[in-house]
Order: sequence, then structure tokens, then C-alpha cells
Amino acid sequence: MRNTSFIALLIAAAAAVFAAMLWVGNGYVFFAGYVVLQYIVLATAWNILGGYTGYVNFGVAAFFACGAYSTVVLHKLWGPPLVVMILVGGAVSGLIGLGTGYLTLRLRGTFFGIATLAMSVVAETLITNWQFVGGSRGAYIIRPEHAPHLPLDYIQYLCLVMLGLSVLAIATARAIEHSRLGVGFATIRDDELAAEASGVPTLRLKLIATVLSGGFMGMAGAPLPYYVTYLDPSSGFNLTYAVNTIAMPLIGGTATWLGPLIGAVLLGTLQQVATVTISSALSLLIVGLMLVGFVVAAPNGIIGWFKPAVRTSMRRLRGSR
Amino acid sequence: MSDAPLLEVNGVGKRFGGFIALADIEIAVQPGERVGLIGPNGSGKSTLVNCICGTLRNETGSVRFAGQKLEGKAAHQRTRLGLARSFQLPRPFTTMTLAENLRVPILYAVNVRSGHATVDVEARCDDLLRMVGLADKAHRLPRDLTQIEMRKLELARAMASEPRLLISDEAMAGLSHGEVDDILALLLQLNAQGVTIIMIEHIMRAVLAFSQRLIVLVAGRKIADGDPQAVVRQQDVVEAYLGS
Repeated sequence: MRNTSFIALLIAAAAAVFAAMLWVGNGYVFFAGYVVLQYIVLATAWNILGGYTGYVNFGVAAFFACGAYSTVVLHKLWGPPLVVMILVGGAVSGLIGLGTGYLTLRLRGTFFGIATLAMSVVAETLITNWQFVGGSRGAYIIRPEHAPHLPLDYIQYLCLVMLGLSVLAIATARAIEHSRLGVGFATIRDDELAAEASGVPTLRLKLIATVLSGGFMGMAGAPLPYYVTYLDPSSGFNLTYAVNTIAMPLIGGTATWLGPLIGAVLLGTLQQVATVTISSALSLLIVGLMLVGFVVAAPNGIIGWFKPAVRTSMRRLRGSR
Repeated sequence: MSDAPLLEVNGVGKRFGGFIALADIEIAVQPGERVGLIGPNGSGKSTLVNCICGTLRNETGSVRFAGQKLEGKAAHQRTRLGLARSFQLPRPFTTMTLAENLRVPILYAVNVRSGHATVDVEARCDDLLRMVGLADKAHRLPRDLTQIEMRKLELARAMASEPRLLISDEAMAGLSHGEVDDILALLLQLNAQGVTIIMIEHIMRAVLAFSQRLIVLVAGRKIADGDPQAVVRQQDVVEAYLGS
């Protein structure tokens, strides 16, 4: 399928989802839907670096929270429209991705993962000590009542915006898969030395991946202050974001754009349902149990059940290449 | 062969800590030549290849290829200039089919060099796979291949970048007599098509059958360079292999 027709289909699907949410009519659907959609963006973004090039990023929370905090800064400075904030958040986190790439991409495997985790801790420390954005006290942001220019509640608007970001992220991921860039990414995942010997500019490609991946995470984080209305470092940089974001593509399958989407919808929805019906404390337990279950039942993710040749996400984590 | 050399290695040296892997290596390879490079294990053959191809940086000396200085150029840039190598232990892209493996150098070296996508990628992959006799496995994964097929894939991928110089790093190690002849025939065929080839090998039968000129490395130094039959009778070469 061509990219344009795929995007058209994707937008139609997104419109149908939003129409269904409006039809349900319950405001909570939008609160829960926002979180699931946010994880679709995060998981898809993570997969651009982690799934396509094989670099496992544990610093998801840093990229996400820096997007959120750039919104706090903009809100305090001048309060531009949300779209501008998303663009700025994406740019900020994309730049952080570029820096991370330059500093850490000589590291491979576990070492890269640990470096990104350390980067997340450093970023949290910096924000905690930055009084302008509230420091450790956190920042309050009043959510407007109504969406600008649209007959929607603001929470519905936020959900719509996140739906748009999901479409953008998925369309980008799929376009990469079907392009020369995707081939280059896959060679990096398989064998960097052989990739260089085949003419692939591995460093440049890795930087493209970190910028895109970080940028989308920042965009996913930018609307967060309006969603939570109170943002403090320990919630913004919560490790749960990283754990969930990594678990979702692994459960769905890392080789294609569909894997993170399936994983995010499945795990995200399950967590939201459990939060309402049982307890919000259950969500990490669910992630853990699902990861254990899928390592056994679907080492290639759910996608792997249908495409046996596709290589593995879980298997790599288990160390047998 | 009176043209300027295709590859010039001038005074190349490389140390790993206190270990001198290469010292003051001088090599010139003419266009179209078939050069054999031998030496005992640990003599620096692969290190030299890595310095020429940009996987390692040489600390002293310089490498020139087709009149261009290679210092400061990354490995992928050297591949795009027309310098290809096969790896001693085959390093296929394991999640890609054979055809996809060959697409990589076509997309990233050939098309980039010509500035646009001129080649019909699929047809070119077919040609290359047919050349090495793997056409019927085009859509299989590398893990389905036998050892010799893996070597052939490695050579085919190196050839896919349409190199002017191919460095074949022990493409025959561990292969049977008949399989060695297969690879040998393949390399001679490539050379007949105009590709300059440096062959690194331990199998003397193959090296002597292939090489127009033989270079010997021992403990990071070049101790011989000349007519293969004369070189293998040279006293210090014999001593390096058999002891004095």
C-alpha cells in the first residue's frame, strides 16, 4: 500500500475511533483514551530506535518529561496554542535525542541502555532544581474549559490531539519501514560493522533514529501538563513510563509499526480497566506478568505469531541471537 | 600496468597498547592486479585490512585509494569510493533474506555513488545471486545457508557495491577442496571482469593458483613482496612458517 493511501486509511480509522468515543458520551472514556493514545505515540517512538535499530532506550521518561516541561515553560512565558507547544516539546526532546546520540552511540547493548537511564536521572535532577518550572514542588496549570475553535471539552480536545499525534507517529514509522532508511536501520540492528562495509552511514542513521524517537516522545509529553494539571518531577520522570513504553513493543512485536500499536492498545487498555475496576497499583504487576507470559508464549511479540520469520524482540532480551 | 597504483599503503603502523600490530607497511597495488597476502596467525593481515577499509584507524602512515587520501574517511565512505571487503567470519544481516542482504550495498553504495537510483535493484540482486549460485535461495534467511554458501553470500554482498578493489579476507578457511575451487573460480571470474583483488588466505594451493604477486606479513612487518614462486622459497618466509 502506498504511503498516501495508508495515511488516508489511518486518518479514517482515527476518525472512527473518535466518533465512537463521542458516541459513548462518557467523559471518562476520554481520560482513559488519552493515556492509551499517549502510549501508542510513546511505544511507536521507542520502536523507531529500539525496534528498528536495536538500541534499547531506558530513558523514555526523560524525553517525555522534557516535552512536558517545555510546555510548562511556554505556559509561564507566553501561553501559545497547544500545537505550538507540541512542536516545541518535540524539538526540545529531539535535540536531547541528538545529544544523547552523539554522546552514547559508541556504546552498544546494555551499556547504551544504562547510559540512557543515567541521562534520565540527570535530567530529573536538573528539573528538580529549576525553580522557574516549580522545582521539586511541581507546577500547576489550569486546564481551560473548552477547546479552541472546536465544540469540544478540553479533555476531548486533548484526546483528539493525541489521536492526531498517534496517526503522525504511526505514519512516520511505517514510511521508515518501507524506505531506504528502514533498510539502513535494520542493518544497524543486525551488524554495524557489516553495515558500514556495505556503505551505510551508521552514525548518521543512528542520529536520525534518536532524533525522531526522542522528538515523538517529547511531542507525546507536551500536552501532559494540561492533562494532569499538576506536574512534578517525580511523576513526570516516573520510571513507569519507560517500563510501559518498552514493554508495549516487546509484547506487540518490534519488527513492524503494528507491533507497538497492538502492544500499547492491549497493555494500555488493560491497565486503564484495572485502574477503574481493581486498583491503579496493579498496573506494574500487569506489565510484569504480561512480559513473563509473552517471553514464553510469543518471543517475537504478537506479530510473531503471524510472521514467524520476523526476528525477535524478546529473544534478544533473553540473550540468544 | 604503468598507471598510478589503485591502492597505496605508505608506512602504515598500528599499535594495540604495547603490542605493535603493524609497523611501516608499504604496499602498492596496480589496477586489475591479483595480489595474495599471507602470513602466520596474528601477523597483522586482518588489522591491515581493517586499516585500509576504515574499521580501524592507523596511527602512522597513510592509505591512498584511486589517488584519494583515505584518512578521515569513515568505512562507509571508503566503500562508496569502490573499496569492498568480505569478512573473515561471514557477517550477514541475519534478519534479512539473501536478496535483501544484497540490496543494502546497492541502495547505500551504488546508488549514492551514481547520485540517483539508476540500477534496477531487483535485477541486480538476481544477477549477483546467480553469479554465486544462490539464486534459488534468494528469499531464504542467512541462517538456512551452509558454510560455503555463507562465504558466497559474503562475496556477493561485497561485489554488490560494485567495487574497483575487493579484499577477500580468508573466504576459503574451513572449506573442502572442491569448495575452495568454487570460490577460487569465482574470484578469478571477478578479476577477469576488471576487479582488482587482494586475497588473504592460508590455503597455499589457492593462494599460489590465484596470485600474480605475493606479499608476506610476519609479526606486523612486510618481509616479502614479489613473484609467488620466488617468495615462498625465500628463506625468511619459510622460517616464519616452519621455524628456523
